[in-house]
Parts: sequence; structure tokens; C-alpha cells
Amino acid sequence: MTLIPNFDTLEVSEEPFSALRSTAAVLKKDFASELRTRYAVNALIMFVVTTMSIILFAFGGESVSSEVLAGLLWIVIFFAAMSGLSRTFVSEEERGTTMTLQLLARPGSVYFGKLGFNVVLILSLSLLIVVLYLIFISNFVIRSYDIFVATIVLGSVGLASASTVIAAIIAKANTRGTLYPVLSFPILLPLLLAVIHATKLSMEGMPFAEAMSDFQLLLSYSVVVITASYLLFDFIWKD
Amino acid sequence: MTWKGIVALWLTLVIIAALALPIVSSPQHWYDLPNIRGLEQRARIMFFHVPMAWVTVIAFLVSMIYGIRYLARKNAIDDVRSVSSAGLGFLFCFLATVTGSVWAKFNWGSFWNWDPRETSIFLLLLIYAAYFVLRTAVENDEKRGTLAAVYSIIAFVTVPFFIFIMPRVVPSLHPGSKGDPEGSGPIMQMRIDPNMAVLFFASLIGFTALFFWMWSVRVRAEKVNLRRLNIPERTGG
Repeated sequence: MTLIPNFDTLEVSEEPFSALRSTAAVLKKDFASELRTRYAVNALIMFVVTTMSIILFAFGGESVSSEVLAGLLWIVIFFAAMSGLSRTFVSEEERGTTMTLQLLARPGSVYFGKLGFNVVLILSLSLLIVVLYLIFISNFVIRSYDIFVATIVLGSVGLASASTVIAAIIAKANTRGTLYPVLSFPILLPLLLAVIHATKLSMEGMPFAEAMSDFQLLLSYSVVVITASYLLFDFIWKD
Repeated sequence: MTWKGIVALWLTLVIIAALALPIVSSPQHWYDLPNIRGLEQRARIMFFHVPMAWVTVIAFLVSMIYGIRYLARKNAIDDVRSVSSAGLGFLFCFLATVTGSVWAKFNWGSFWNWDPRETSIFLLLLIYAAYFVLRTAVENDEKRGTLAAVYSIIAFVTVPFFIFIMPRVVPSLHPGSKGDPEGSGPIMQMRIDPNMAVLFFASLIGFTALFFWMWSVRVRAEKVNLRRLNIPERTGG
């Protein structure tokens, strides 16, 4: 009798936690499809290994100052993020699932779901890069672990916040691959300068209070960018 | 026509005064400009470089305001106003960079040394270059306007981190930065003499008027283009 689906259930309900639940559902969907294809993970691991070996060949056993090492660490993280994160929205466009997602979830839930996925992706990516760095580069010694961990976490959240919304923008444009770093770099530069500075401080063994101004900048940056992205996401997402 | 004539005459007088009035250590006549310690004759850049930087901010602000209006109403004319203003902002930003760089050569000894101020203006150039690259990458008119407006708003909210916060937190050589013995700079603290202030604000007004005149010319030219392509100026509210 009831072959016609009940469209009432598809409508956005006004239950208190429905937004949170649909955000979790988008996040779960992204993890499931990533685990099935392992597209981003495989490409990213190979990217990190390639870049690391290029850096090691370039050093050729010479000792390098902490300033250069801190800069290089974030160059690797930045470009790895640029090559992996653009997938989040481009893959929806390529598989033609954008419409379905538009029908089933609120734009806000899609945005925060994708943001959560990107944060996890960048965090695990940074972890991998840092471990490789610690193993292969003997000069890379972290003296203040509290500053370093806070830098990686805040830096990853900030990186994900700006790159998620740029990924949504370029998914609608033509020349996606080259456009992504071009659009992201100027927006991410305040963040990159702050994280490079904080990483340098952690290598020099400074007390936590020394890096406070960097963390304030990082935190306010993430809050401002996430708020603006959330408010503007409707316009990008709707066709 | 009169508008154009007034702006041209005003700016000509301002430029002549800014270049020709003598800078002396103890001003006696109304036309003597005071000597600012550490700047001397190089203080004249204040009448050109600062108004250019000011116009850059105005232009990008105008561009963002019309971007928001475009998102709200989707009128093609608002996108035209937004992109015209962004283009002029880019031009003035470039001029401010070049004048600042020439001044840096004579004041600091090199054209470019990645002072926080130089980094921030370089970034502003990059952001708006990226804005125009994005515009060329989208074919659909409405989508292009929407994405460009969203990008310009997101870029604009990150700009204060550069222009207003970073140069005052990180030590810099630019007047008005952290560690400057003169405080937040000769202009911000109103420590300049009245005749210098009058000339400075005359220049500021002149450059702002020049911007609005150039903007209206560009918008009129683009309106003709819209009519040629048969795109209605207004479709929404």
C-alpha cells in the first residue's frame, strides 16, 4: 500500500538535537566513504612520504636551523592539506550526490560535518608528518611539548576552517586543482605565520606564556573564519 | 564634468603643495612644514602613500558591501559595482606598495625586507589577485558573482589580522608600529602641526573623491556592457 515514500520524514524536524544528529550523520557518511575508497588517505600518505624524502635529499645530512625546520614542517602540512582537503566537496560534485545531500541535510549540518571530517584528516596528517620529522631529522627536537601540542591542534583546526569553505567554493569552479592553493594561501597566511612562530618557540624550549599571543591569534582566527563560513555557506551550497 | 574638474584641480594643488612646501626644523610662516624626527624630507610620502592605503581599504570595504547586497538581492548591477571597486582597490593597493617600497629604499636601505607592514600589503595584493583568478574560473554569471562575493567577505574578515593586529604586535620599522618611540605614528596621535594636518586631510579627501569618480566611470562603462549583453540590471528587490 505504501510504496510512495512518506515525505514528511524527510523534512527538517525541529527537535532540539536534530541539527547535531544530522551533522553527525554527514560526518559518519564521509568516514564510511573514505574507509571504502581510501582515496584521500592513500594519496596523502604517499604525498607526505614523497615530500619528506625530497626534504631529506635536499638537506644532504647538513644541520639546519630551527627557524627553517619550523617553516618546512608547516610547508609540508599546508601542501598536504591542499592536496587532500579539496576532495571533500569536489567528490560530491563528481559523484553527483550534491543534490541528494542538499535535499537531506541542512546547509549548516553539511558544513560542520565536512569541517569535522577535515579537522580529523588534518590532525592525523600532522601527527604522521611530525612522527616522520622526529624520526628522520635529528635537529628537530621539541623542548616545550605543551606549546607544540597546542600549536598542532589549534593550527589544524584553523587550517581546516579556512580550507573547508574554500573547498566548497572551488567545487563550483572550473580549474579546481590549481585554484585551491591560490585561493587558500592568502587567507591562511596569518595562521601560517603564527604557527611557524609558535613551533619555533616550542623548539627553543620557551615557557607556555611566551606563545600566548600566537594562540590568541589562532583561536580568534578560527572563530572568525568558522562563523563567517557558517553564515555564508548557504550561498555557496545552494545551486 | 564639473565633478571631474574639481577633483583634478584639488589634487593638482595638493600635489604641488605636498612637494613644494619647505620642511624646516623651526616653522615660522604658515607654509613651513615642521620637521619630523627620523623622517625629514621623506615625510612628504605621508601625503601620497597614506591616502592610497586609505583608499585601498575604502575600495575593498565598498566592494564587500556591494558583495553582501548582491548575495541578498542578486541584482547584476551590485556585482558590477563590487567588482569595479575591487579592481580600483587593487590598483591603489599596488600604488601604495610601490610608493612604500621606494620610501623604504631611502629610509630603511632596501626596497623590500619583509617588514610586517610589507607582508600585510603583499597579502592584500595576493587576496585580490586570487579574487580575480576565481572570477575567471566560473562561467555562470550568477554563480560567479555569488562565489566572488563570498570569497571577498571571507577574505575581508581575515584582513584585520594583518592590517590592524599583526603590525602592532610584531616589532616593525613602519611608523606607528610596536616599539616606535613616536607612539602610534605621526598621524594617529595627531602630533603633526595644523598646516600639515590640513594638507594631509586635503589629500585624503582628494584621493577619496578621485576613487569615487573613477568608480562611477567604471560602473557606467559596465552598465553599457550589461545592456549590450542583454542582462537586466535588476531582477530582485
